[in-house]
Amino acid sequence: MNRAALLVLADGRFPAGGHAHSGGAEEAVTAGRVRDVAGLEEFCRGRLHTSGLVAAGLAAAAAAGYEPLLLEEAADARTASPALRHTSRRLGRQLLRAARSAWPCAELEALAAARPRGAHQPVVLGLAARCAGLMPLDAAYAAAYESIGGPVTATVRLLRLDPFDATAVLARLAADLDHVAAAAAEAAQRIHADGPAALPAGSAPLLDIAAEQHATRAARLFAS
Amino acid sequence: MTPSPSPPAPAQPALGVRATARIRATRAGGATALPTLAGDGPFDLRRARPHGDQARVCILGAMSAPLGGDRLRIEATVDHGAHLHITTAAATIALRGPTDEHATYDVHLTAAEHASLQWLPQPLISAARSNLRQTCTIDLAPTARLLLREQVVLGRVGEPPGRLATRLTVHRDGRPLLDQHTMYGPGAPGWDGPAIAAGHRAIGQILIVDPALDQQPPHASLFGDDPAAGQAVLTPLAGPAVLITALASDTLHLHRLLNAARPLP
Repeated sequence: MNRAALLVLADGRFPAGGHAHSGGAEEAVTAGRVRDVAGLEEFCRGRLHTSGLVAAGLAAAAAAGYEPLLLEEAADARTASPALRHTSRRLGRQLLRAARSAWPCAELEALAAARPRGAHQPVVLGLAARCAGLMPLDAAYAAAYESIGGPVTATVRLLRLDPFDATAVLARLAADLDHVAAAAAEAAQRIHADGPAALPAGSAPLLDIAAEQHATRAARLFAS
Repeated sequence: MTPSPSPPAPAQPALGVRATARIRATRAGGATALPTLAGDGPFDLRRARPHGDQARVCILGAMSAPLGGDRLRIEATVDHGAHLHITTAAATIALRGPTDEHATYDVHLTAAEHASLQWLPQPLISAARSNLRQTCTIDLAPTARLLLREQVVLGRVGEPPGRLATRLTVHRDGRPLLDQHTMYGPGAPGWDGPAIAAGHRAIGQILIVDPALDQQPPHASLFGDDPAAGQAVLTPLAGPAVLITALASDTLHLHRLLNAARPLP
């Protein structure tokens, strides 16, 4: 095992295109639901425990070697919004390019061949972690952290927040991150016996509504 | 001195109702028959007037349920070519009951080839200090059609909700079509924040599964001009299905939104 690869994979500078996305934060700011640091923290807490937990479960299962195309189906079933499915595949395609270069591996090549238009980002993330020699729990951490890291970075720009305050939001959510990553990895252990239904399916109605609203807006800073 | 034998463990107190209601619909000539219509515990099942070749069943609440500790289950199966419509006569109110323990309320719906199923219950109200885990598990044959409409109200007027977890899992031809787990109330992190409910107290969904949607997949569309009163989105799923998700300040606005998105048959 090579734990240092987790730092590379989870680094915001890893060239996987995440900087162009706000994880729904831009729409929440535009609609006036997030106006300050406290609002950002509640947004992130809700996102982490719903779509963040789902992403972490999928990533952990892919890292554990579960069939990626079955995880693709599970991701579709857990993503009601077509705008969010599109975003996930677009980010998955960019991540796959970066990961194939960083950790060349037959499993990444096979997924790229099976899904030329892109696979769901958490599935790619988990498979990349596997090819980098990481554990399912590591993949869960990377996915869970990413589910709030993106919105925090974006909201600093959108609301001109103090970056120190924004980083403190991430630090305050550290215990929640531990909890979500552990729950995701535990679910992934049950997938070989119970199938993809064992994976978390957390859903957030406003994230789905806001994703489709955001997709209709002409003037926006972030793609999602 | 020999140790005295430890007393036998007290029997688990039988707190809470255990009940399973069963419905089976079959094709009988040009109509749908109901060879099984078995109420149990709080579920009193009534035949309603059929609608063409569609049988209709109304579930009456024979007692207050679910309360903490209850284990409730409804199973409905629609056989090949049969058509079934199920409603409830009144809202279902989750209450605290004699224990802090959670109640479960599991609905299992199955529709075979060329069958149709409409599951249209009245709202579920999560009262303060209640604790309910609800599941709705649906298995559809490739040519089966489904119309599901569910509404959740978070707290009776002016009170906070209890703990409510609902999981909706739909398989079509054995493959996952929709899997959603929503959690509200105490113990659900961020549930009332800007990512999940944001102060809305009425949440509704309409799910339509119909193989004909493969020919004409709808586009995503939005409903609701005043975000404070409510908003809804119609989203095509990755399969011949659409899901309408609505959030509103109260049930009145929720009804308006859901009816605007898809009027009831």
